[in-house]
Amino acid sequence: MKRLGMTIDIDRCTGCGACMLACAVENNIPPAEAANDRKGLTPIRVYRIENGADYPDRRAAFIPVLCQQCGHETPCVHVCPQQAVDIDPETGVVGQMPQRCLGCRYCMAACPYHARYFNWWDPQWPAGMEQTLNPDVAPRMRGVVEKCNFCTGRRHAAAEAGKADYTPACAEACPTGAIRFVDLNAGTPQGEGHFRLLESLGTEPKIYYHSSKAWVRNQSRDRKGAVQEAHHG
Amino acid sequence: MDRHLISRGLNRCSTGKFALWVVPWAALLLFGLYAAGLCLVKGLNQTNMDNRFAFGLWIFLDLTVIALGAGAFFTGFLLYILKLDELRAVINSAVVVGLVCYSGAVGILAVDVGQPLRFWFTFWYPNVHSMLTEVTFCITCYLIVLCVEYLPIVLKNRKLRDVPSMLVFEYHLHKLIFVLAGVGTFLSFFHQGSLGGLYGVLRGRPFAFREGLGLWPSTFFLFILSAAAVGPSFLVLIVSLVEKLSKKHLVRPRALDVLGRISGLLLSVYVLAKTLDTLLWINRTSPERGFPAAQFYSWRPFGTWILLAEIVGFGLIPALILLTPRLRARRGWLVSAGVLACCGVALNRFVQTVQTLALPTLPFDKFLSYYPSWQETGAFLAVVAYGVLVYSFSFRYFQLFPEERELKLEAPRKEEEVECIASFS
Repeated sequence: MKRLGMTIDIDRCTGCGACMLACAVENNIPPAEAANDRKGLTPIRVYRIENGADYPDRRAAFIPVLCQQCGHETPCVHVCPQQAVDIDPETGVVGQMPQRCLGCRYCMAACPYHARYFNWWDPQWPAGMEQTLNPDVAPRMRGVVEKCNFCTGRRHAAAEAGKADYTPACAEACPTGAIRFVDLNAGTPQGEGHFRLLESLGTEPKIYYHSSKAWVRNQSRDRKGAVQEAHHG
Repeated sequence: MDRHLISRGLNRCSTGKFALWVVPWAALLLFGLYAAGLCLVKGLNQTNMDNRFAFGLWIFLDLTVIALGAGAFFTGFLLYILKLDELRAVINSAVVVGLVCYSGAVGILAVDVGQPLRFWFTFWYPNVHSMLTEVTFCITCYLIVLCVEYLPIVLKNRKLRDVPSMLVFEYHLHKLIFVLAGVGTFLSFFHQGSLGGLYGVLRGRPFAFREGLGLWPSTFFLFILSAAAVGPSFLVLIVSLVEKLSKKHLVRPRALDVLGRISGLLLSVYVLAKTLDTLLWINRTSPERGFPAAQFYSWRPFGTWILLAEIVGFGLIPALILLTPRLRARRGWLVSAGVLACCGVALNRFVQTVQTLALPTLPFDKFLSYYPSWQETGAFLAVVAYGVLVYSFSFRYFQLFPEERELKLEAPRKEEEVECIASFS
């Protein structure tokens, strides 16, 4: 039995956005004309941070953020009034059942990673584009919440084909190999440079980040670190 | 034209004048229904809510009106369970206010969810660990209780009293009223608390998360206390407003004085509890989760002023006014304190809803602001218009204030006495 997780090496991420694109294609995310930065569906989203120094010491880094698949007191699971969010006991993946979701968005308010998204529009594709849809993933209707599920469609397809392993679309598409899909039962990343987002909340996320740069770790780990970083320049 | 529908001995304005009052509110209601209809048909993309601002004006409205509508259950509790008989004068009005607030809140919730036709899923697949499940169950049950409590008021209509079977039905309903008051109190205590618990349990939102007692975070108890405190104050405001608009003396000052005193007492307990809770949160809960509380107030416009305004300006000051008999006896002071207390509860619900969502949790995420769209505002105004209309019709055709007739008869007598004294002196 595997406990699925990811490692993301921030030092390798170039912010190209290939993971976001691959995710959208894999998960049948429809183009929405009026969608913007705040209403779009981006189950994986790349944030940019800067060290705040002046040229020539100015540095930037990119942090891909997706559902952190919290393993302890998972915030979204507790709050859903109709059990539309569950945790797969075999893999530890936090799943979302759109067909049971009421669209109350309480789980979105509960998620500290802002990694849940609402379908604000009816899914519509330009004529002919339906042909490109992934048959392993059902499109979601308007008015329900969705999130990253580590490409459950791929996992089911792999299982049907008798394969034990699979790779989520984002990890597959990453040109620099920054995103790696791992079995946490084989060992969790340890040592200098490894951290998880908002670890102090105690939600035990299964996405492990790495950076060799202290300023990146301080700005990413938690807000206390970011505040200290800002004070120290 | 509708004289035969108005209770005997009560003076009400002419039908034409009443129609003039009703038409603008009905127009506002229609406009709001159109806005809400757009959200239902085209989806919540008509609102300015987004993936970060998952809740907005409507949830703020829900929390506020449910707190203000607490006067219904709390007055019922004081009258039927604690036997404070002075409150019989305002109980009908309290029931109408409660019904308006709760039904309005449920109506707006139906628009606010993405899949309203799935409302029954919460009853069919309930997650017993979710505060929202508790809220849904209790509000639905309590709304049914309020509808049943509203029936005896409707049955007091002059025309309906001519039907003998209605009188029998009303008699049997009255026998049930103590049970309904008890059930209503139980349900209300729970859902007021659960509404507070909605935010208090958010482990991922250190601004809202609170420690508590057993299953319930401290906000569970603070919401009950604040709702019980402002419910009576809101009732005082409504009665005063109706007296002003109708130019009638509707209740004896004693009832309003009791409401004011109880409101002041509970508000002072709330202020104390809220202060202790805030200190505990600043010094322990928030830092333990990696978030120094001071940083929450570094984002403008949500500075520490908002905390001070809530606790001192809209909490301590109205509490002191309401606890001072000399000030409470003057209607101006009583109403001013009531307004401050109601603003305080609205500010608290605003902070819980909007400030919680505006603050980023990820260290590299940004602070966001939110302004409701015209569709959201329209639906919000529809609830206000609906409330005014239900109350206006109830006031016109049912006897909301049992003392009104007596007070009307006493008024000329008092005038005669004054004239008599004047002629002798």
